[in-house]
Amino acid sequence: MGLKKAGSEGGSSSEWRISALVVDDNATIRFLHKTILKGLCNMEPKIAKDGKEAVDMCRSGENFDIILMDKQMPIMNGVEATRKLREMGVKSKIVGVTILDNESEKEEFLAAGLDLYLEKPLNPTMLRDVLKELQLI
Amino acid sequence: MTMDVTQLQRRLRDHEATLFQQGYLDDDQFSQLQKLQDDSSPDFVIEVVTMFFDDSENLLKSMARAMEMVPVDFKQLDAHVHQYKGSSASIGAIRVKNVCATFKDFCDAKNLDGCVRCLQQLQHEYSQVKTHLQYLFRLQQEIKAAGGSMHAH
Repeated sequence: MGLKKAGSEGGSSSEWRISALVVDDNATIRFLHKTILKGLCNMEPKIAKDGKEAVDMCRSGENFDIILMDKQMPIMNGVEATRKLREMGVKSKIVGVTILDNESEKEEFLAAGLDLYLEKPLNPTMLRDVLKELQLI
Repeated sequence: MTMDVTQLQRRLRDHEATLFQQGYLDDDQFSQLQKLQDDSSPDFVIEVVTMFFDDSENLLKSMARAMEMVPVDFKQLDAHVHQYKGSSASIGAIRVKNVCATFKDFCDAKNLDGCVRCLQQLQHEYSQVKTHLQYLFRLQQEIKAAGGSMHAH
């Protein structure tokens, strides 16, 4: 995985470097989520515009500690992309991110292989809590 | 000079308060965006809001196009509305987001009249929030030019 500790034992969270991938078809959201994660992860996150790009990146050997996966995207949606990534054996923490859905759609997304599900809008406080819950910081 | 800056800062605070009180912007979400602005990203808020403006204009045109098709492509229309709902929520533009929620219901029901009304409402709400945000940024720039800080007490 991409998790690296840049300092000595017992250092602060700012010494951690967490590799992240933001998958969303909307440019504003990609920019926002990337900026939030950059501050928390101490590494520049990568981006993908749809599920297929995300799958192709992982298939080409890229590893990520965390993937923020939007649900509704063209070409390949987040549910299908998550399923494919898990079938490929990808061990990244995958966090599903979408605007309010009904319960059955949420369950479908979780069942595809998510570690967590979040509702938009995201903010730094939420993502910091998520990274802690996933034990990445 | 100092008085001008003080007046500008007061005007800025009042304008922000109005935006929150009148429901154009969500206080919590917009404040979280402002916290992301720092020395390494000094123009972050303007950048992300400008992207939202570009998004808005493209999505509103795409929605109009989807509704001009015969038959109307409600699935494509719904996809655009869904995207707009997400991006508007992300910058805290709650009035826009709320219209998107209603719009989605009309798309699901394949109610063209309802969709037409919602598009008109969206164009109106977007125009309003854009005007308000542009004024906010203008005030911030004037304060900066006058040597003041946006966060004076």
